[in-house]
Amino acid sequence: MPQPSIAVSFRAVSRHYGAVRAVDEVSFDILDGEFFAMLGPSGSGKTTCLRLIAGFEQPTAGLVAIHGRDMAGVPPYDRDVNTVFQDYALFPHMSVRENVAYGLMIRKVPAAERAKRAEEMLAMVKLADFGARKPSQLSGGQRQRVALARALVNRPSVLLLDEPLGALDLKLREQMQVELKAIQRQVGITFIYVTHDQGEALSMSDRVAVFNQGRIEQIAAPAELYEKPRTEFVAGFVGISNLLQGEAARAATGAARACSIRPEKIHLAPAGAAAPGSAMRVEGEVESLLYLGANTRFDIRLPGGGYLAVVQQNRDAHYAPEQGSKVTLWWDARHLMTFGG
Amino acid sequence: MGCGVMTAAAAALTPSPRSFGSRLSTYFYLRPRLLLMLFLLPPLLWLGIVYLGSLFALLAQSFFQVDDFTGQVIYEPTLGNYARLFGAVNLSIIGRTLAMAAIVTVICGIIAFPIAYYMARYATGRTKALFYVAVMLPLWSNYLVRVYSWRLILAKEGVIHWAFNEMGLGWLLDWMLSLPVLQGSSLSTSYVGTCVTFVYIWLPYMILPLQAALERVPRSFIEASSDLGARPRQTFRKVIFPLAIPGVAAGSIFTFSLTLGDYIIPQLIGSSRPFIGQAVYQFQGTAGDIPMAAAFAMAPIVIMAIYLSLAKRFGAFDAL
Repeated sequence: MPQPSIAVSFRAVSRHYGAVRAVDEVSFDILDGEFFAMLGPSGSGKTTCLRLIAGFEQPTAGLVAIHGRDMAGVPPYDRDVNTVFQDYALFPHMSVRENVAYGLMIRKVPAAERAKRAEEMLAMVKLADFGARKPSQLSGGQRQRVALARALVNRPSVLLLDEPLGALDLKLREQMQVELKAIQRQVGITFIYVTHDQGEALSMSDRVAVFNQGRIEQIAAPAELYEKPRTEFVAGFVGISNLLQGEAARAATGAARACSIRPEKIHLAPAGAAAPGSAMRVEGEVESLLYLGANTRFDIRLPGGGYLAVVQQNRDAHYAPEQGSKVTLWWDARHLMTFGG
Repeated sequence: MGCGVMTAAAAALTPSPRSFGSRLSTYFYLRPRLLLMLFLLPPLLWLGIVYLGSLFALLAQSFFQVDDFTGQVIYEPTLGNYARLFGAVNLSIIGRTLAMAAIVTVICGIIAFPIAYYMARYATGRTKALFYVAVMLPLWSNYLVRVYSWRLILAKEGVIHWAFNEMGLGWLLDWMLSLPVLQGSSLSTSYVGTCVTFVYIWLPYMILPLQAALERVPRSFIEASSDLGARPRQTFRKVIFPLAIPGVAAGSIFTFSLTLGDYIIPQLIGSSRPFIGQAVYQFQGTAGDIPMAAAFAMAPIVIMAIYLSLAKRFGAFDAL
């Protein structure tokens, strides 16, 4: 099988605004046809990276290449890349159809073909009957689809999505995640997806880059990112933060190294209960509990001042402690993630 | 027992005594439409009776005529004034004013657009404040003083003629002032001077609405357009300008109608041929012919009505 070619590559790319290093010597490659998420808190540099690919920003240093071509000094309108904007940026004075056909009109595609391709795209995003409307007559979710159709109609080699689901409500967001993934499989082009929502990043992407303060902490497939975070930041940002440090870490594991354990990996048992031979165990007290429907989250106070969250499926006759109960926590030693020295 | 509970509950529900002011605000809070009516009534009365009423009284005047002999108004409906309005001399006054208003509006638009664009898109903080002040500052000083200043600037001995002569370009001005329509002994006695002064005086009225319209165009629209392959010139034509049209329309309504009605600038600067404003002024003042002045006053109103309906047809107000 041939090696997939590289769609976008960053080589020691920096973007500084005065003294602020929005992007700080970042290097990575995005493969052709990949669904690649850039995840991080606001101000971590993920959006700036997206804008560097789109061409709205130029790097202070380093090299950005798209399909092996150096993009230094290439304006957005000469790049084979299209963007879905966070605020959708639909042109209010044009109909939905004119919005979708805008890129084709600019590239002087003949009117008949233009209309046909715009209709096809509108059908793909399930807005076939909305072509004559103005963007102001659409709901947020519909506008989001128009923005997607307007970008995809140009058949770019790379599609950039800047927090496209940020403005939608939860149900719609989940539905759009499924649809986006399906559309990406259908059109087969590279999707680069910026988000601060770890759930979105994990559920849709082939690989995720976690950004922090202008640098990339880790690039990995979702499962690896979750199960084997390389840094404390990644462990804390992806999934529920269950970080133990210093005394608390020593009390739970016997060593003072910072460590973390995913909440669903921890078993709850009555105080003093024995754990299987290979397991690590610690005693604690239920500080609070949250009933979440499918599961229940317990926050357990440990000796040494630490806390661990435990998430337990509400399946059947489990041990279900109450607030204030003394409990035993145990987990398989291989699930413990340790960081630093 | 139950009765006692009822009384206690009723007592608890009785509102505590409050001041008149707080009861009044509650009264109006619960009746927002009444409050709106109270606020709107005085301006509506003013607009309806004092303003529109007197306008209609003026227009009614235009259907009467003055007895040439006695100078008294004869209150018999006639279209005589309008027949006179369409005479060659008066038509040329209207045409001259219309042409001047159109040219002033176009030049104002061309000059104002880059300034408004810079203010809306690039200027921030102090620079923006500076631009606002610079645009508004002329409006704080007296109109007559500014017009007279321009008369000095444009005069034969003025700074512009001097500068052209110093640069050895005096012949250029002389050539321009010898052209058929623009002719005059100096800029201050040529239509060019009238136009320059009009543009100067009305420019803020074009910049401010344009700037407001451009400010409402988010940066992401411009980025989206270039992302979709549009060069800056195409982005301007297809996105920025169409979205600025309501501002252009608003600004042009100001510059156009203000030029149509002004009688001081053409009086002080330019060739001695009259504009509509001067004609109205002369008919109602020197000639004492109020009905004819009223008929003349109809001209700008009709022109503006036509202008607005054309602008509406071309969708200038769609974005409002």
